[in-house]
Amino acid sequence: MDEMINVYLYGKKYSVPASLTIMEAFEYSGYQLVRGCGCRNGFCGACATIYRIKGENTLHGCLACSTKVEKDMCVASLPFFPLEKKIYTIEEIKPTQEIMMQLYPEIYACIGCNACTKACTQQLNVMQYIAYAQRAEYEKCAEESFDCVMCGVCSSRCPAGISHPQVALLARRLTGKYIKPEAKHLTQRVGEIADGAFDGAMADIMGKSVDELKEMYNTRVIEK
Amino acid sequence: MSFPYTEEMMESIKKVEATRAARMATEPRRMTAEEKDALLEKYHPDYNLDSFAEIIVGPNKGQKAPKELVELLQANSRVKGMDLDLTNPDYDVDVLVIGGGGAGSSAAIEANEAGANVMIVTKLRIGDANTMMAEGGIQAADKENDSPAQHYLDVMGGGHFANVPELVKKLVCDGPSAVNWLNKLGVLFDKDENGNMITTHGGGTSRKRMHAAADYSGAEIMRVLRDEVQNRNIPVVDFTAAIELIKDTEGKAAGAVLQNMETGEILIARAKCVVIATGGAGRLHYQGFPTSNHYGATADGLVLAYRAGASLLYQDTLQYHPTGVAFPSQIYGALVTEKVRSMGAMFCNAEGEAFMHPLETRDVAASGVIREVARGNGVHTPLRDGIWLDTPMIDAIHGEGTLEKRLPGMLRMYMRYDIDMRKVPIVIYPTLHYQNGGIHITEDGMSDIENLYVAGEAVGGIHGRNRLMGNSLLDIIVFGRNAGQQAGKKCKEVTLAEPTLSHVDSFAAECAEAGIKTDVVSPKVLPDYRRQK
Repeated sequence: MDEMINVYLYGKKYSVPASLTIMEAFEYSGYQLVRGCGCRNGFCGACATIYRIKGENTLHGCLACSTKVEKDMCVASLPFFPLEKKIYTIEEIKPTQEIMMQLYPEIYACIGCNACTKACTQQLNVMQYIAYAQRAEYEKCAEESFDCVMCGVCSSRCPAGISHPQVALLARRLTGKYIKPEAKHLTQRVGEIADGAFDGAMADIMGKSVDELKEMYNTRVIEK
Repeated sequence: MSFPYTEEMMESIKKVEATRAARMATEPRRMTAEEKDALLEKYHPDYNLDSFAEIIVGPNKGQKAPKELVELLQANSRVKGMDLDLTNPDYDVDVLVIGGGGAGSSAAIEANEAGANVMIVTKLRIGDANTMMAEGGIQAADKENDSPAQHYLDVMGGGHFANVPELVKKLVCDGPSAVNWLNKLGVLFDKDENGNMITTHGGGTSRKRMHAAADYSGAEIMRVLRDEVQNRNIPVVDFTAAIELIKDTEGKAAGAVLQNMETGEILIARAKCVVIATGGAGRLHYQGFPTSNHYGATADGLVLAYRAGASLLYQDTLQYHPTGVAFPSQIYGALVTEKVRSMGAMFCNAEGEAFMHPLETRDVAASGVIREVARGNGVHTPLRDGIWLDTPMIDAIHGEGTLEKRLPGMLRMYMRYDIDMRKVPIVIYPTLHYQNGGIHITEDGMSDIENLYVAGEAVGGIHGRNRLMGNSLLDIIVFGRNAGQQAGKKCKEVTLAEPTLSHVDSFAAECAEAGIKTDVVSPKVLPDYRRQK
């Protein structure tokens, strides 16, 4: 039997096995989760959580699905946080400094407190990627923010009212669409298919019997 | 750094380390077709007949499906006994998309592009989906040495030639344009300095055509699609489950009965076309397997469509991903992306032997792992026996820092539990990953029911009896867009007759006639992980 520890879920004390994640501790304690539970493996950001260890001042941000319970952990979940998402047409905007100033001007009100970085559930350098966004260094912002799961804990701690995940998403889309060089082989292949360059080969292979296909498959050359 | 491995595991790691240099110099032999067939028959969970039951009511009567699915297909409707007024709908749209993952979002974007009034309804949030968790990548034949026909051959072979050829043709021929569409939306694919896509192998591919966004490929795609749905002001009704399809008196799809997940309120949606994009079934835990799937993967769409009269295809084939986490307990069953093996990591048994090629197709690889453990050659962990995946090979092959750059999600997942996979191998065992089968569709994305479209993991037939890595992200985009385009066009010529739920009543009558007595209600909507006292 696992060691049992006390945790405080929304302030109420429960005794749970020490090996559980926070999410499992909720379920162990009898909660049927609806909100605050998504992929259960650290990718979707549904289970944003804030906690403090009793007697300590530090406030921690984490994902409930990927964080083990600790003794005397006081847990509040943040299943929804009102991030401000600006509407834009990706085909019409350009990766200029103006677009960030126009859509997310509040990033220039950052006071440099670094609370966002301290709260990040993915240990990202959030304040740094906001700094890149301020300077329209979108590629750097994209790289620095790439692992963001958009849980919103950073924004919940921001005195300037910045919606960091939305800023980063805009920077990534600008980078992916406009800044990274075009994949010419891809554009070319799309054109070739549209022009019917592979129609013959496709008709040919679709005309094969299963036995012929098996033979082709079992003897096909695999690229090294 | 100390690792949370037992002494016995650390001893076994020494053996893995001792053989590493020799293993890196050679490539394990691939199995012959005969060896693969024999292995699958003996060790693949799909061949475990005790875990399947016969469907006794409906279009697939007489066929097999996993017991858990059969129970839900033939269960009681959630609207049973309710007196519903279908004539005053709460929502009235051209296209209703059920499901907010990659397929549903792609469908909604394209239906919107076609000028239709489209709405997404999802029982959790948009993006709470298996798409978000797809790590490894997306296939498309866009390199010079590759072609749609080459891709077709790999898909058919991987699927044991059971795939529906016309669907495979669409998948491979529309592959490059799907990746191009994503790139134009701003998805940040891994590229070299000249813009060439960095592509790798997946299990069973004959060309390096796996495009990726680090190991957040699906997450990157999903967050861009979600942003695009929002930019287009497409309404998303979240935390609302579809619990039954509505048809009209002419037998066409005509909407759905919805239920607010939090308040329980019942809502009626009328629609000229419906797209089911409800995803997979991992949370049904077939055969007691853990799963890599998201919280809502409970096969709801299959239940809804089946009860309305749509047939299923290959509902008896599931994919067990060879590399689920076997240790530690907090991430038990979670996915270790196939990209780890694409980048060179080998399977090793407790003695440090590479007992099989790391990039066989998933069904073969999973069966190989199960066999090796059954032979007693697995690594003992406090949880269950598993197999080493020799992750330190990645930096050894490609240079220090590679794993951190190309597999940041994996590294983070393990580091949370003090396992540095750059330094020590990790223990894996197959996990329930994907529903190969699903609802039968034709090339236009339509099921057997007029104006009921299906896209994504809820579809059966594209992947035959086994899907290759990277073809699911591809299929949700290709068939999601296709369903949206088709529904967006079709809705303009639809005139609905009277709405009805009579199909629900007649299905219940058929079940009663067949002697089925059950307290189970379906769709399941969510699993229940509360502690059973």
